[in-house]
Formats: sequence, C-alpha cells, structure tokens
Amino acid sequence: MWDYTDKVRDYFFNPVNAGVLETANAVGEVGAISCGDALKLMMKVDPETEIIEAAKFQTFGCGSAIASSSALTEIILGKTLDEALKITNQDIADFLGGLPPEKMHCSVMGYEALQAAVADYRGEVWSDDHEEGALVCKCFGVDEGMIERAVRSNKLTTPEAVTNFTKAGGGCLTCFERIEGVLAKVNEEMVGEGLLSFDEAYRIGSVDPRSLKQKAKPKAAVGSTPVETAATETRKPVISLDALEKAAAATVVVGSAAEAALQPAIGLPRYTTVQKIKLIEEALEEIRPVLKKDGGDCELIDVDGANVIVKLSGACVGCQMASMTINGVQEKIVAKLGIPVRVVPVK
Amino acid sequence: MTVTPVYLDNNATTRCDAEVVEAMLPYFTEQFGNPSSMHAFGASVGGAVKAARASLMKLLGAEFDHEIIFTSGGTESDNMAILSALEAMPGRDEIITSAVEHPAVLSLCAHLEKTRDVKVHVIPVDGRGLLDIAAYRAALSEKTAVVSIMWANNETGTIFPVAELAELAKEVGALFHTDAVQAVGKIPLDLKSTQIDMLSLSGHKLHGPKGTGALYVKRGTRFRSLFKGGHQERGRRAGTENTPGIVGLGKAAELALIHMEDEVTRVAALRDRLEKGILQRIPNCFVTGNPAERLPNTANIAFEYIEGEGILLLMNREGIAASSGSACTSGSLEPSHVLRAMNIPYTAAHGAIRFSFSRDNTDADVERVLEVMPPIIEKLRALSPFWKGANEAPATFNPVYA
Ligand SMILES: Cc1ncc(COP(=O)(O)O)c(C=O)c1O
Ligand code: FES
Repeated sequence: MWDYTDKVRDYFFNPVNAGVLETANAVGEVGAISCGDALKLMMKVDPETEIIEAAKFQTFGCGSAIASSSALTEIILGKTLDEALKITNQDIADFLGGLPPEKMHCSVMGYEALQAAVADYRGEVWSDDHEEGALVCKCFGVDEGMIERAVRSNKLTTPEAVTNFTKAGGGCLTCFERIEGVLAKVNEEMVGEGLLSFDEAYRIGSVDPRSLKQKAKPKAAVGSTPVETAATETRKPVISLDALEKAAAATVVVGSAAEAALQPAIGLPRYTTVQKIKLIEEALEEIRPVLKKDGGDCELIDVDGANVIVKLSGACVGCQMASMTINGVQEKIVAKLGIPVRVVPVK
Repeated sequence: MTVTPVYLDNNATTRCDAEVVEAMLPYFTEQFGNPSSMHAFGASVGGAVKAARASLMKLLGAEFDHEIIFTSGGTESDNMAILSALEAMPGRDEIITSAVEHPAVLSLCAHLEKTRDVKVHVIPVDGRGLLDIAAYRAALSEKTAVVSIMWANNETGTIFPVAELAELAKEVGALFHTDAVQAVGKIPLDLKSTQIDMLSLSGHKLHGPKGTGALYVKRGTRFRSLFKGGHQERGRRAGTENTPGIVGLGKAAELALIHMEDEVTRVAALRDRLEKGILQRIPNCFVTGNPAERLPNTANIAFEYIEGEGILLLMNREGIAASSGSACTSGSLEPSHVLRAMNIPYTAAHGAIRFSFSRDNTDADVERVLEVMPPIIEKLRALSPFWKGANEAPATFNPVYA
C-alpha cells in the first residue's frame, strides 16, 4: 500500500468539488495513457475579472489522482486565470503534504488539466509537450522522460551531470545503471542527429559508480518535495554545474572525495596547512567566475584537517542547488589537492 | 463497530498455517543440526528433510523423492529451470513462453534475449486468456531448449493445458518447464503421468512459510545447478538447507492434500457465489479469464470506467483485502501485462480486481464483500469522466494524452 499522507487520504475519501459543473465555461481534459489516468477539469470563469468562481472535476485514476484533482479545484478557487497559470504540480503535491515519488505524475496531470482549461477558455489550443516514462530514480522521483529532457537540453554526457541536473542518482545509487542506460541511449540519438560528436557521447561502463560521491540524502518520500522542479519545466539550474564539472575534469583525472577516502592514505601528497590553503584558494579562484556569472560567490573561512569550511554568498545562499554547488566546489578542491577533503558550508 | 478483516488476496500470499509454524519451531531450537553432519544432531534433521520431501512428492504425484529440489521459492525455481535448460541443451538456444507469465519468467527471458543472444518466442493469448496453440506449435523446433508455460495464471486463475503442451514439446526434444506456483495445493496434480520435466512451486502460496519452495525435476532430465558449492540436494542446489523452512513446506504440502477436497468444492462455491453476486448487483462489470478452466479460488472482475487503486483503498477501509491489475498499485505505470495481453480495454483493465480465496475464507466473508462493493463502485463512478450511467455507452471524453 502506498504511503499516502493523511491529507491525500482525506481528499481521496472525501473529495470536494467532484462531479459535473453545468455552468462551466473552461474545460480541460487530459490524461496519460500509460498510466490510465484521465482528468476533466471544469471551471466557471468570470469574463470581467477572469476570476475562477467555481471548479469541479471528474477523474479516472488512482487515489492520489483523485486527491490531486480535488486539491487542485480548491487551490484555484478565487484566483484569476493568470494567477492560476502560475501553479505548478509541486504546489499541488505540497498542498497535499507530499506524494510518493511514483505518484508525482498525478500532480502533473492536475497541472496539465489547468493549463488545458485556461487554453480552452482563451480559445487556444493546448498540446501536451511532456512525456513521462518509467520511474528511474526512486529516491528523488525522477522518471525517464525527465532524464531524457535534461540530457538533451543541456547536452549532458556523464552520469554525474545527470545527477547534478535532475538529482537522479543522488541517493542510494541503485538506479545508476538505469541512468547510465538512458544517458547512453539519448547520447547515441544525439550523435545520430548531429547534436553531439561521437567522441563526446557517453558509453555504458565508462564511469565506475563506486567513484561517485555520496550526495545529498533525499528527504523522506512522503511529506516532502521529492522533485524540486516541476516535471514539465525545462530545468535550468541556477549554477551551471556542468561547467564546474568540465573545469574540474579538465585539470585532473582523480576520482572523487568519497573514493579517495576509501583508499588508504598511501602515496597521497602531503601538504602543510599553509600550502593547503594556498591551493584551495587557487581552486576557488578558478571556480569563482562560474559562480559569479550566476550571481554568487564562495569564500574560504578555515581549514580544519580534512574539512574545508567555506561560506557561500549572493545567489548561492538558499538556492536549491546549494548542496550541488558545494559538491562542485569540493570536487574542484579535491582535484587540485589530490587528497580527500570535505567541503563544509557555514552561514 | 470493529469489522473482522476479510482476506481475499491469497494468490499474493497466504497465512502460514498454525500447524506449519508449530512443526517448524523445533528446527530453530533443539533440532538445529546440519543435515549433512555425521553426528546425531544432523541425523534427526536429515530425517525431517526426507519426510518433507516425501510429502511434497505426494502432493505433486511425483514418482521419486529425489525429483524434488528445495529452493527459496517460486522465483528461484523458475530461474533455475530456465537457466539450467539453456546450459544443458547444447545446440538449442530458443525459449518458448507465454505472454502472461509471472515476471520471474518473463523478466528472465527478456534479460537472456538481451544478454545471451537467446531467441524468445512469446506465445500470445486470446481475450479469455487462452493460449494460441497454433502459434505454440509453430514456434516449437529443434532449436527449442526449453518451454516455460505456467500451469495457472496468478491474476485470472486461467489454467493452461500443460500436460498436452509438454507432449508437443517432447516431440521436438525440448524440455518442458511449468511455473505451477499458483496451481500447487489448489488443484490435484499427478506429475508422474505427464511429460512435464520441471515444475516450480512456492511455499507461501499454500499456507507454508515465505522464502521456501521447490523445483521438481523429473528423473533423467538434464540439469545444471544454478549455485555451485556443496553437495546438498545431490549437488543440484548447493548451500546448507533451510531446514525449518523445508519442514514447514513439507507440513504445508501435507495439509494441502488434506484440504484439497475443500478447496475444489467449498472454496470454489464461495468464489462462484461472490462472482455471481457482484455481477448481479453491479452494472458494467465482467469476469476476465476463462471461467471454464480456472483455479477454484480465483475471480478477476473488471469494473468499467474506474481505476483499481481507488477501489482497493475504499475496500481496505472496510477491512477487505484484494488486489488489482491497475497500473497504479504496482508503481510501474503499466496496467497488468496479463490483462493487456488479453486485449482488455484499458478503461476496464485498470479497474480489474482480483479476489483470491483460500480454505480460511467463509460464507460471511462473501456476504461482507457483496454488501460493501456496490456503494464503493458507485462512489468512484460518480467521480469518473467516462461514466454515464448503468449499461450506457461511456461518456464522450477525449482527453489529450501525453
Ligand atoms: C505464478 C507465479 N510465479 C512465481 C511467483 C514467485 O514466487 P515467490 O514469491 O515464491 O518467489 C509467484 C508469486 O508471486 C507467482 O504467482
Ligand atoms: S534510486 Fe536513484 S539514488 Fe536511490
């Protein structure tokens, strides 16, 4: 049985605004055939103010699809169409106190029905441009479609980059080979379409998953926001970690901190603290332009054994990608020093 | 008011019988010996394993006790049989299976096709779940290493004519394996009178412990072990025996034989009454599979225009447990491959509910389900954009599909 929040259960067992709205003047009908879910959203919009005065739904779908639909009708009530259009699927999931990763598509369906209903009212044609696929990463609720889009639109060629852009693979890593498979497949297609050179394309087996660092832990599946960006949005990270990765990869071939940490400290370079600080400063200097471009900065505060204490500032603070920025910085510093260190951010 | 729970999901797993648990307990404590040991601690345990093998042999109608290999369950047995056959049948690199097998067979076949250049023929079924025998005959050849076709389907209960299918396989010299995980303990079997070479069974489907099972391998069948190691199970399944589990499985087999009569009469009657009652009380629903050749305990009913998970959630609130072929309960996004293979429209496949009985069920269980189902279905249909009313064509509803 799914781990539904009480709110999901409540909206499923006692859905509000279910049924047909006879006075509707905006209707959105959407569905996902693979999942068998379908939703009809009916709204009554005031032509003067464009305020949604009434909304009802009919849903063919599972418990969370029904709950998401019902929640949607409550969320949009009293909003203008323009306000309503800003609602994302994440807002619907948040309203319900979170959805299991496998069920995020139910909230996407609500988002789409709303877009379709507004388009219907405005006499526009709405077409669904997103395709979902089988769930690849359970920790972060990332499906195949999302990985494909991230790989295509950002020309990703490494599993690490996929993790940085989508979070897939940032947890238990049991999904690594599936991520790798999707990446290799899409890269191959991109080579065929002339979007990528043959040498750039990722090939299965070229990254050893054991060399991947331990990333941020996912939040609990329920009651949280497993996917930070709506599935339908094109993902545009605040900081281009791709660029960071490239910079790091260019200088050194050493593996990551985690891998290095696992190995006995034989043959590793030894530095005095002053030497260390100097090299770290150099590393930060090299990343700085990338951070600055996105309106952020990173300052060295202290070096305590293997811990490198830094302070993020500007746009980096509180940004969703902060933990990934830290990872990028860490990678860079490790590459520079050739010894394992841990980058710890302070406020 | 506290409601007594009604468990109708016995094809998923069964309650381990109290007698089974009792029989197992000593093998965790005083009877802890390793059956391979020379001393007295081992010897008495060895005797218990032998007895368990004998009762399983009786349940299956096997000719010899060494035809039983104890395993960790249905999945292991299925993998063991197919992988063994590929290795033991040189010059043959094709598998024949059906579209409605359990993933323990289908995923393995897909994997072998991808990684070992094995050709897999997947035999389709018709709308009632009957196997396309012409396609099966056409697929059989001198290249067939093994046929793996289930005895009874876990979702619909439909029974395949495996004895005849095995004879056809024999004609081309192929091995015949059947996944009988759902059939063993529910219908009488007599393997010695068939040409079936290998058969998988699982303990937890017949009121035995989970993580136990067996593979029947007919005497003289070429066999290669899956695990390499000690000489246990005559070298065919290395690893110290799960003695408590084996003893439990033996006891479960013994009890299954005792209750067989009940299973095919009373339990079947309960199932029939539930099925009839639902069809009478609820419009726009139908039985899937082949009612003429079916397990006595299984009913699979598709409720049109609604989705299974919602039904299960509402049933669960009433204390009733069943399962669904809907996509959303599996997390796979795909509706049941079994119902899809049968070409059931998706507006019905997603609303298919499987009720599976066991000897633990009673008349009162049926009453209770018949009482709660109509309002549950009605409630969900009121929410459905497809629903227009009883025996009406579905509402015109053409969503934009992703
Ligand atoms: C037809 C069939 N085969 C195989 C299995 C797997 O058996 P086990 O759970 O013992 O691995 C099952 C049970 O889910 C089944 O129904
Ligand atoms: S499933 Fe992807 S990181 Fe755990």
